Amino acid sequence: MTFAVLSGFLAAVVVPFLPRFGRYGTGRTVALVPAALTAYFGSYIQPVGAGETFRTSYAWAPALRVEFSLHLDGLGLLFALLVSGIGALVAIYAGGYLSGHRHLGRFYGFLLFFMASMLGVVLADNMLTLFVFWELTSLTSYLLIGFDHEREESRKAAWQALLVTGGGGLALLAGLLMLGEAAGTMELSELASRGGDVRSHALYLPILLLILLGAFTKSAQFPFHFWLPSAMEAPAPVSAYLHSATMVKAGVYLLARLSPAMAGTDAWWYLVTLGGTATMVCGAYLALCGTDLKRILAYSTVSALGVLVMLLGMGSVLAAQAAMVFLLAHALYKGALFMVAGAVDHETGSRDVDRLGGLWRAMPVTAAAAVLAALSMAGIAPFFGFLGKEMLLEASLESGGRWFLLPVVVLAGAVFVAVACMAGFRVFFGSSLPTPKQPHEAPLSLWLGPLLASAVGLALGLFASYAAAWIVSPAATAILGERTGHQPLKLALWHGLTPALALSGGSILLGLLVYANRGRILQMNRRLEVLLRHGPAWWYDLALGGLNRFALAQTRLLQTGYLRHYLLVIFAATVGLSGYVLIGSVELPARLLGPEIRFHEAALAGLLLLAALAAVRSSTRLAAVAALGVVGYGVALVFILYGAPDLAMTQFAIETLTVILLVLVLYRLPRYAVLSSRWVRIRDAAFALVTGATVTALVLAAVHGPAYESVSRYYAERSFAEAHGRNIVNVILVDFRALDTLGEITVLAVAAVGVHALLKLRPKNREDAA
Amino acid sequence: MTTVILRTAARYLLPLMLLFSVFLVLRGHHEPGGGFVGGLVASSSVILYALASGVRDAAHLLRTDPRMLIGAGLLLALASGLLSFFGGQPFMTGQWVSLVLPGMGEIHVGTPLVFDVGVYLVVLGTVLTIILSLLEQ
Repeated sequence: MTFAVLSGFLAAVVVPFLPRFGRYGTGRTVALVPAALTAYFGSYIQPVGAGETFRTSYAWAPALRVEFSLHLDGLGLLFALLVSGIGALVAIYAGGYLSGHRHLGRFYGFLLFFMASMLGVVLADNMLTLFVFWELTSLTSYLLIGFDHEREESRKAAWQALLVTGGGGLALLAGLLMLGEAAGTMELSELASRGGDVRSHALYLPILLLILLGAFTKSAQFPFHFWLPSAMEAPAPVSAYLHSATMVKAGVYLLARLSPAMAGTDAWWYLVTLGGTATMVCGAYLALCGTDLKRILAYSTVSALGVLVMLLGMGSVLAAQAAMVFLLAHALYKGALFMVAGAVDHETGSRDVDRLGGLWRAMPVTAAAAVLAALSMAGIAPFFGFLGKEMLLEASLESGGRWFLLPVVVLAGAVFVAVACMAGFRVFFGSSLPTPKQPHEAPLSLWLGPLLASAVGLALGLFASYAAAWIVSPAATAILGERTGHQPLKLALWHGLTPALALSGGSILLGLLVYANRGRILQMNRRLEVLLRHGPAWWYDLALGGLNRFALAQTRLLQTGYLRHYLLVIFAATVGLSGYVLIGSVELPARLLGPEIRFHEAALAGLLLLAALAAVRSSTRLAAVAALGVVGYGVALVFILYGAPDLAMTQFAIETLTVILLVLVLYRLPRYAVLSSRWVRIRDAAFALVTGATVTALVLAAVHGPAYESVSRYYAERSFAEAHGRNIVNVILVDFRALDTLGEITVLAVAAVGVHALLKLRPKNREDAA
Repeated sequence: MTTVILRTAARYLLPLMLLFSVFLVLRGHHEPGGGFVGGLVASSSVILYALASGVRDAAHLLRTDPRMLIGAGLLLALASGLLSFFGGQPFMTGQWVSLVLPGMGEIHVGTPLVFDVGVYLVVLGTVLTIILSLLEQ
């Protein structure tokens, strides 16, 4: 299983080089990876359906309770099949959609990278493993939305998606860590049985809010929904894969996964159900008002995600089953419709539903795929979408006292019908309209994906009882957790004249009515536009602008460009923070000096003092640098005297390089033009004295503190025994605390890149402008 | 600064200092030394050469952009930590093997040494990136 998840990353590294070997067939070759994964996960349907679960785990940083652990159960399997199955279709599709694109290889690399990350999200058991993969999906989404990076709109959309989902990711990290504390475990598979501890924990509400922030931003829930329609700047395969079928469902997945531990409280019900309902309504309304086919589909995706979240909020057995049926149906038909929209755009040069019509004559196969998918979306029997909608209605009917959900759900269902009419009917039937490009049938690679996806939607509907038993039921069981006694799900296309069936028929009629009156709705919307202008996207821009202005202001305040001001800020912070801790908590030794002072020690101290004074008093930069160099070498000598040869060697090397560095910079500068005023000198002297005193106190506290001896003895004892090294300093650096060193050399690397950018990548015209 | 004496001296000092820096890395686990100071010594040698013979010659001598060294070093350090996963141990657990080399007897080699080489490369690359950029100005 580990290899299955990681194989996508390996393939992502190799794939970018594929197009060099041949112009054609890349798509089909790449599709082999997800196709093989689909077959692999398909082999788990039987045992998982029978109630088995699988887990593998690798110790990562056990002391921090971080493990690389994967867990496969019904819920994970449903998602894994979706991710790999639709991944295969999209890979074939992208080969046609982007054929001949000069960065096709890179695109496939990103796509597989995303697929592997998404598999990691849905199969992770340790919450931190999940988080790492979760962030990787945000990152790959950024790369894929901004794939066409020469266009400003796609850069902006990519940036927006990254900021919104990345911001939510930070909240999620905090939430998951707190959840792990509350439950006493970081493993999701163990979390399910600790629901009682979590729900009664004092921090339950903050945990819930933080996790919801992560899930809602990822799954584009109101009021964070605005990034999803903007993300339609991405190429169509990306919209079909990430932004309808898989990634945006990660938030839904998380809520489903955490349901056993966290659901069932009033807070959960109100926050999740109402959040989902608001999203459903908002998305449905905006979908009706669009004219760009991809945007219409994007808003209807937002609406569908709202439905899923709402169902998970309800928390009943029926609602959990309905959520899984609806999720599967939606992924299939919406993925197909997005691919159709891309194919239409590719062949006609337009995506405007008001300017397209009668395309079935030119594109019969694409039209067939679109109609099949649209019928499923509208909820017509015998498609799988019909079952999804009926179960949704039943779950809402069952919710009893919360009656207000039912009319809202029926209305949203009607809007789905109207959107299906636009995507599957309006574009392909009626009179032909002139398009920018003469339409003709899309190539095989462009219609195979959507046709297969919608055909699977039909097949699942026809063989609903199998789908229920093998795929949906195990997934719903994982959501429901310990609650026993629930009925295993039985799906059938016909079970008599139920109220849900009547409502379903009613919503279809209502949908057709809405579709017929679309003109009036658009007119009304134009009048409302003034109100809608100040939506969440407007607030996002405002917040981003504010953040930038704040960053600029604080940079001007703290980073004036003068080294002396930087030093003042750094020293003030150091002295302030460490001094605050030192005062009152540390006892200084009564005697500062040892029993005897040897001559060379005193001489060295004198030399250091003299050099420091010379540095302060000198009137040329070079002399000051040289004097500082003497101070540095003096300190190195101190290290040698007191038995720290490693430090001394490093200090010597650093000191030499620093002098070279400073000389290089200062070489060209003129003599000091203005010497510091008297007041500034007094201020600086006071600062220096206070800083020196603080550092002295710090050193004395470190030497005399009782707590530190055990640490050095610990290292001395274990250095050779466990790490095969006699040089303790080095062993600490490269073995005991190697993780810290890894962080430090990363910082070094970042600093080097920063300096390089400052010196080498300056805009050429800066000098002209200045 | 390009005098004949300095140029000639730098030409002979460069290999000696590089050799010394490698020596520092290798002995670091038991005696004073290590990747950090080794990288500093190695970068000093290249900078000395650059001061004597010019940045272009030094860059030519390196054959690669110093930034490549940074990336290679980071990857190497990371990879040395990942190796322990294959043994089912936590990230960055040291892995050791004993090698018997003809004429040298038995020596211990482990992933911490690989990690140290990574540190060496990052330090070398960073210092060279900064100072050679400044020298070019």
